[in-house]
Formats: sequence, C-alpha cells, structure tokens
Amino acid sequence: MEHTVVSASKFNAWFGDNHAVKDVSISIEKNQVIAVMGPSGCGKTTFLRCINRMHELIPGATTKGSLKLYADDIYTMNPIYVRYKIGMVFQRPNPFPNLSIYDNVVAGYKLNGLKMAKADMDHIVEKSLTSAALWNEVKDSLHKKGTFLSGGQQQRLCIARAIAMEPEVILFDEPTSALDPISTSSVEQLFHELKEKYTLIIVTHNMQQAARVSDKTAFFYVGELVEFDDTKTMFTAPTDVRTQNYITGRFS
Amino acid sequence: MTPLETEIVSLKKELISMWMLVQSQMNKAKEAMVTFDKDLAREVLIKEKRVNSFELKIDRDCENIFALHCPVAIDLRFLLAALKINTNLERIGDIAAGIAFYVVESAENFGIKSLESTSMLHMYEEAVNILIDTRIAFEKEDTALARSIFKRDEVLDEINENAPIAIAELIKEDLNSIPEALYILSIIRKLERVGDQSKNIAEEIIFYVEAKILKHLDSGKRKIGGE
Repeated sequence: MEHTVVSASKFNAWFGDNHAVKDVSISIEKNQVIAVMGPSGCGKTTFLRCINRMHELIPGATTKGSLKLYADDIYTMNPIYVRYKIGMVFQRPNPFPNLSIYDNVVAGYKLNGLKMAKADMDHIVEKSLTSAALWNEVKDSLHKKGTFLSGGQQQRLCIARAIAMEPEVILFDEPTSALDPISTSSVEQLFHELKEKYTLIIVTHNMQQAARVSDKTAFFYVGELVEFDDTKTMFTAPTDVRTQNYITGRFS
Repeated sequence: MTPLETEIVSLKKELISMWMLVQSQMNKAKEAMVTFDKDLAREVLIKEKRVNSFELKIDRDCENIFALHCPVAIDLRFLLAALKINTNLERIGDIAAGIAFYVVESAENFGIKSLESTSMLHMYEEAVNILIDTRIAFEKEDTALARSIFKRDEVLDEINENAPIAIAELIKEDLNSIPEALYILSIIRKLERVGDQSKNIAEEIIFYVEAKILKHLDSGKRKIGGE
C-alpha cells in the first residue's frame, strides 16, 4: 500500500542466542507519529535499530523475516541508503563536538563525500534548522560549536541533522529522557510539526508523552508486539490485559 | 498495590458508603410515608446534607486523582464512571429528601389503600431493590447484574405510565383525596426518576468494566451488549 511506509512481517532479531524481537508484524503509515513502549528489555529499541540497519553493527546480531521501506526490503538495500531514508535521533543529544552548528547540520552530506554548492548547502542548513524550530535561536551563531547549545537545543540540532538528509522516516530512541520539561515540551511540539512531512517512530518510557504526541501506539513485551492500535484506544480501552497492566502500572 | 490503586480502592469504598446512605434515606423516607412519621421524615431532610457532603468529597477526590496520577485505561474509565455515579446518587438522595418533604408538608396520612391501588408501594420497593442491586453490581463488577437493571426499570416505567389513570380513579372515588392523590402522583414520578438514575449507573458500571458504551441505545441493542 502507498500509505504504508514501514512494514514488518514475522520479523525476528537475535543477539547471539537471545531472541530479542519475536515474529513482529506491523504496518506503519505515512505521516503518522508512532509511539513504541514497553518495559526495559522488551525489544522495542532493538526493533527500532533494525529499521535502519543499526542492529547488525553489534557482533552476533542476526535477523529473520521481512522488514520493508515501502516495497523495498530494508535488508537487501544498501545500508548507507537505508540510513539516508531512515534517520535516527538518540536518547542523549550527540552533536559532533568538533563541528559547528552549520557543519553538524550538513554532516551527513560531508561525511559521505557528497559535494554541493555553498548556496545549496546554506539553503539546506536554514531549511533543516527552521524545520527543527531552531533557526531563530541560532541563525546568528551558526559557526559556533554545537556543544555550546543547551541540551534541548542540541537535541533539536540532532533532529535538524536527521532532517537535512530528507528522510522518509525518523526514528527517536527516548529523545527527551535527558531533557528538562521545557526542552521536552519544545521537542514534543516539534513532533506535531514534523509529522506533516515525515513519519516518526518514537521509543519512549514516558507513557504520558506517548499519549500526548502519537497517533498510534505499539506495546512490546518480551520481544513480542502485544498490541498496536490508535493511541486513544490504547490509553482508554486496551484489548490485551498485559497492555492494561503495563500502562496502569500494575505490571509485575 | 500502586498508589493509584490505593486511591481507587479508597474512592470505591467512599462511593459504596454514599450508596448505603442514599439507600437508607430512601428506606427511611418510605417508612416515614407509610407510618406518617414526621420526625423520621425530618431526619431524612437533615441527613440530606451528608449526602451532599459525600458528593463534594468524591468530586474533590476524583479531581485530585486526575491531577496527581494521570489515570489511563480501566483506571480512567473507573474515575469517569465514579464522577457520574456520584452525581446520580446525589440526585437519588434529593429524591428521598423530596419524598420526606411531602410527608412533612402533608396534612393527612396517606391511606394504605391509595398506596396499593396506585402500585406505588410495589414501585417503591422495586426502586430500592434496583438501587441495591446496582450497588452490588458495582462492588462485584458484575455486568450481568448491571444489565438486568435495564429490564427491571421498565416495570417502574410501566407503573409511571399507568399512574394518571390510577390517580384519576382515586379522585373519582373521593374528591377529598385530591391532595393525597397529587402527592402520590408526584412520588410515583420521583420513583420513576430513581429507576432512570439507577439505569444510568448500570451503564456506567458496564462502561467501567467492559469499556462498552450503552448510552442512547435502544433496549434490543443493550441486551446484546452495545456492540
């Protein structure tokens, strides 16, 4: 289907003998915000890392089953191309410490040796920082180091860096867990704006955040995708008792 | 138990205490009416303030739980149901006080024959039984019992619909009975409302336990569970 951006069918992932993701089947539609939640060790981050081929970077990591970006099998695509199309933002802001704000934004192009005119690069930097709601705050200090920014600004710089490559999907691994409430709020606001152009998949431990920002929520438990439904349904009338026990804090 | 579970258990106990008080108010208003005991009727009027205090306390507790615990899923549904059950119980409390007020105001005893010929006593007993069974359904999360309330409410509706004819007969037999007849008609109307409030409560119990919305469905769809 044209609207389905990422789809998994009976997808499995292992770390050596540890079966971390079990027979996950899911269809993620375009321009939606998907929250992925579950207790620690449930496989949610592993699944996220499989989507942009980061899981295989770990020694002993293997996968089986189908995982697609539109109609293309992610595991037969060039991994560098996969990461162009599927960006990732991590828990802790990680701008390149030796690069300026400007160079951080276009780092994807520079590190891959993609050359372009200065004017085109300026345009990408402005457009990406504007989309990440950071342009007005940094437009006069583009050549300062990215690490001079506050934690929330650094995280938005990392989002700008992901956006600069014009991906289809952006993966977020607990993107606000290291941020204060004000920075968290600005990143959450940004999710609403970003979904106009991109599909966002957010792993979060913060259930209220999942409820606030996402259209659909996936609940993982011991490697299985237990339930995937509209966020409103998941937080008012979940179908599976394990989901209910988790979101109401009754999980043992 | 999590802190939220503790709060919910405590809120549930509080609602049940309010329920017992409202039930007792209904029973005392009935006894005052049948025995024409004005002192007992006044006691009901005084205790109405306690019902109101319960309503305010439960409202406040619900607000605090929403603000402090961000409930979701069954907890959220329980709190939404608790707020509405609270309102319905308070209104039944008002009805008990209203009946007691008629006893205080009435110049003469209601004749037992009049109470029986209008089926008002039978209606009163059924209204109180329905109120008791909704409480049991709430305590035990028994949705089958909650569903049975819908059918039983129809008995009250039928007595209410037939009331004008019964009251007219009463008046035809004895013109001096007009004030008494009008009080009885008013009480029948109030008891019909007790049935409606109990039905609303039953709907809330089903919503809380099963996440099904039965409001504004016709009786046929209610029977199959609102799907």
